[in-house]
Amino acid sequence: MAHAYTPGLKVLHQSEVEKNRRLPIKGEVLKEQGDNVLPNDIVAKTDLPGNVQMVKVSNLLNIGPGDIHDAMIVKNGVAISKGQIIAEMAGLFGLFKSDVKSPIDGTLESVSDVTGVAVLREAPIPVEVDAYMSGSVKEIIPEEGVVIGAKAAFIQGIFGIGGESRGEIVIVSSSRDDEIKPEMITTEHEGKIIVGGSFISLEAYQKARAMKVAGVVVGGFNYFDLEALLGYTLGVAITGTESLGTSLVLTEGYGKIQMSDRTFSLLKEHENHFASINGATQIRAGVIRPEIVIPLDENQISDDIQFESQEIGIDAGSLVRIIRAPYFGKIGKVTRLPSDLEKMESETMVRVAEIEVDGEILKVPRSNLEMLETN
Amino acid sequence: MKLNSILATDCGSTTTKAILIENIEGEYRLTVRGEAPTTVEAPFEDVTKGVLNAVMEVEELAGRKLLDGDNIMSPQKDGVGVDIYISTSSAGGGLQMMVAGAVKSMTGESAERAALSAGSIVMDVIASNDGRLPHEKIKRIRQLRPDMILLAGGTDGGTVSHVVELAEILRAANPKPRLGQNYKLPVIYAGNTKAQKQIQEVLGDIVDLDMVENIRPTLEGENLGPSRDKVHDLFMEHVMAQAPGYKKLMSWTDAPIMPTPGAVGSLIEMIAKEQDISVVGVDIGGATTDIFSVFSGKFNRTVSANLGMSYSVCNVLAEAGLDNVLRWVPLDIDRKELTNRIGNKMIRPTTVPQSLEELIIEQAIAREALRLSFEQHKAFAVALKGVQTTRTISDAFEQSGSGQSLVNMMELDLLVGSGGVLSHAPRRAQSARMMIDAFQPEGITQLAVDSIFMMPQLGVLANIDKESLSKEARKAALEVFHKDCLIRLGTCIAPVGKTKSKALILTADLTFTDGTSKTIQLREGDFIQMDAPHEPIKAKLTPAKKMDIGGGVGEIIQTEIYGGVTGLVFDGRGRPLDIPTDQGKRLELLRKWSEAVSEYPDVKAIEVSI
Repeated sequence: MAHAYTPGLKVLHQSEVEKNRRLPIKGEVLKEQGDNVLPNDIVAKTDLPGNVQMVKVSNLLNIGPGDIHDAMIVKNGVAISKGQIIAEMAGLFGLFKSDVKSPIDGTLESVSDVTGVAVLREAPIPVEVDAYMSGSVKEIIPEEGVVIGAKAAFIQGIFGIGGESRGEIVIVSSSRDDEIKPEMITTEHEGKIIVGGSFISLEAYQKARAMKVAGVVVGGFNYFDLEALLGYTLGVAITGTESLGTSLVLTEGYGKIQMSDRTFSLLKEHENHFASINGATQIRAGVIRPEIVIPLDENQISDDIQFESQEIGIDAGSLVRIIRAPYFGKIGKVTRLPSDLEKMESETMVRVAEIEVDGEILKVPRSNLEMLETN
Repeated sequence: MKLNSILATDCGSTTTKAILIENIEGEYRLTVRGEAPTTVEAPFEDVTKGVLNAVMEVEELAGRKLLDGDNIMSPQKDGVGVDIYISTSSAGGGLQMMVAGAVKSMTGESAERAALSAGSIVMDVIASNDGRLPHEKIKRIRQLRPDMILLAGGTDGGTVSHVVELAEILRAANPKPRLGQNYKLPVIYAGNTKAQKQIQEVLGDIVDLDMVENIRPTLEGENLGPSRDKVHDLFMEHVMAQAPGYKKLMSWTDAPIMPTPGAVGSLIEMIAKEQDISVVGVDIGGATTDIFSVFSGKFNRTVSANLGMSYSVCNVLAEAGLDNVLRWVPLDIDRKELTNRIGNKMIRPTTVPQSLEELIIEQAIAREALRLSFEQHKAFAVALKGVQTTRTISDAFEQSGSGQSLVNMMELDLLVGSGGVLSHAPRRAQSARMMIDAFQPEGITQLAVDSIFMMPQLGVLANIDKESLSKEARKAALEVFHKDCLIRLGTCIAPVGKTKSKALILTADLTFTDGTSKTIQLREGDFIQMDAPHEPIKAKLTPAKKMDIGGGVGEIIQTEIYGGVTGLVFDGRGRPLDIPTDQGKRLELLRKWSEAVSEYPDVKAIEVSI
């Protein structure tokens, strides 16, 4: 049977979701294996070394760099406060003293007699990592963090911005074809994750931000409107660190594209449930896709569903989405995977898949297909 | 030592490509190639798995045994195994470096040149005069997490304090390596030798410090070799040793693993030297575009980190501007719709153009990515800055300073393209057009594409140091390069100079090997293609009075030129190429140029769209 590898996006009713929650540098882990956690629980913390200021003491005192040690009145490693004199030089006959004051609160780290510079370090910056989603601690990564696990409904989007967020799911559009319009978003949606159909305009998204909506999950958004949000043209899809207040997850792509039936139905099934979302994208080695994780209660867990879908390819019968023009966005079933290369309209020779879409058979390059991984 | 067979792999970030070179009746030829997905990342996390899979494909296609379980059999015996196994690698994001120098345009630039020519991506150049305050530099270094740092600064006997200050900044930032938390970051010091002691004192305890000869011992001279070699050594010892499976891979190879672009660069340098020609090589990938050049014997490489055809395709759009992309598209397309389409290519980078319209748009973007990358290359491939020159009164009128670009398009002999959009274009004429439009070669320039991108493997083959192997390996690399690696597209003949519209600018009298002859009369604005095989063609090229075809204004050239799969292209469109802004005129011209070389299959379809 013909088989082809095609990366796909996950739309899973039930899955064993695991999340690494790690510190950027080594620190202290606050949870133990088996602990139950809520999204806002802090699981690990550390202190990042503070910012550094370099003060040209020798220049300021008008002395040679080699004389800096004589001028310093604070020793390395000692705490200093803003405005405190750290170096001074007696002038002629002890008159006209000149001095150097610390521009920061912190410590004196080092002094160089080659460059005449004093290195001052500000107080450490505390960093905390939270659990992100409800679940239990599956594994401890010593000094770095934890792995949180949960049985959850899990949906991958194609593009997102705004990083992590969480809240209750509210469906605001009546069908997967509908746009989210500004008037649909109200103060009631503060702290919620709103779900729409095919599209959200820049205006409607800005309204969501103004209403302090936690996140938006929708089929499409215009690429050229991203600039107004980010302040720059997005050249490479590496996102997740933007401070927008309202995370945005696109399930289909740029433009107005109806949300896939399965994604919309699954989100609808979980209306009013609490979800964690991550509007982060990295389309390079180590791919990161935006996601929606909806941890399941005991009574929602079914034993019939396989947890891990390990499929890595498409076969006849697979459900796929076409991800490039001229059939962009269409969803259909693979009917045949001919093994010979075929010539497309562009004259590109490719391996194709035959897809049945609304009763019609389309020939599409296999690399222009995305498998819909469902359970 | 005669070699019977050579197996070479290139572990790219997505695909591992293996080639088998065999000695057939005294001639080295590429016989088989195979490929498999690279396995550096989860769930495999062992690069050798992908290598073995690619070699297995080679085994099947070649119909002979190369592997014994998980081992490559060597040397070849009774038709089993291979004599040499070598590899290059750019997996896991390649080699990412940060460089630092006292003055940005002098030691900073020399350090950047050394890092680039060793095959790395330069994440940032920190310099005493880069306009950033010390705390800004520190913040930046902390964010970067490079694989390695090259620190230069000061000529020998020159400034000490500036370079020590840079070291102090590094110390304050205390940078961590990208891969792994359990080893010290490699730092190469290649600055003023007088400052070595102080540098050791400042950095010795927090990084893995290596000292090499000064990269810029005098203002007038660069000494890139020792730094470049040290980068290669450390790439193997530290960076690669951290990547999953590389220790095993290193134990298999008969020569050190080279970073992929480093191997390509060294091959191009070798070809230019061997034939005494000027060469430009380009590799346009999904994320980056690498350009290599050799002019006047000087090698340069640049990486345009965010000018590529998929992952960074939107950045091409951002940097070039939509109008510059659209000027190559002979169709009337909704601008907003087009940006969404390009955005969708970025987030789904592995797709291929199915419709003709999509192909045309993709090739328009490629022209702009190539043009911008080449502009960056021209700005970087310059003579040393800061060199004092003696001027006479006659020079006073010619205000040329130091740091002029080495790239001279009239001198360029060979332009080699590689990367999906050039190597796999459905018609070779499309590759030729993209290269001519983007690079705008002048005079007589041969065009070629590397069909399956085997330059990395040939580059590492040509660089084997082992004395018993090096001569024969180099011979094999050159033979395969000329016979199997390049697809010769043909030659572009483009006279340069100011003239009137439609005026005769060149007469070409051509005599072919079969004795037949032909005369081409090229007028301003013409774009003419002529079929001709890759054989020597005697050419007498007579430019008009104010035109230059390489010998000087109005000078006749008698030479040999070569055709190829796209033959000879006579380009009378002028330099720089001027495309009308008027929509109607532009579309008419684009269609005419396209038809001249049979670029697209269905020109009528384009006419309908217009």
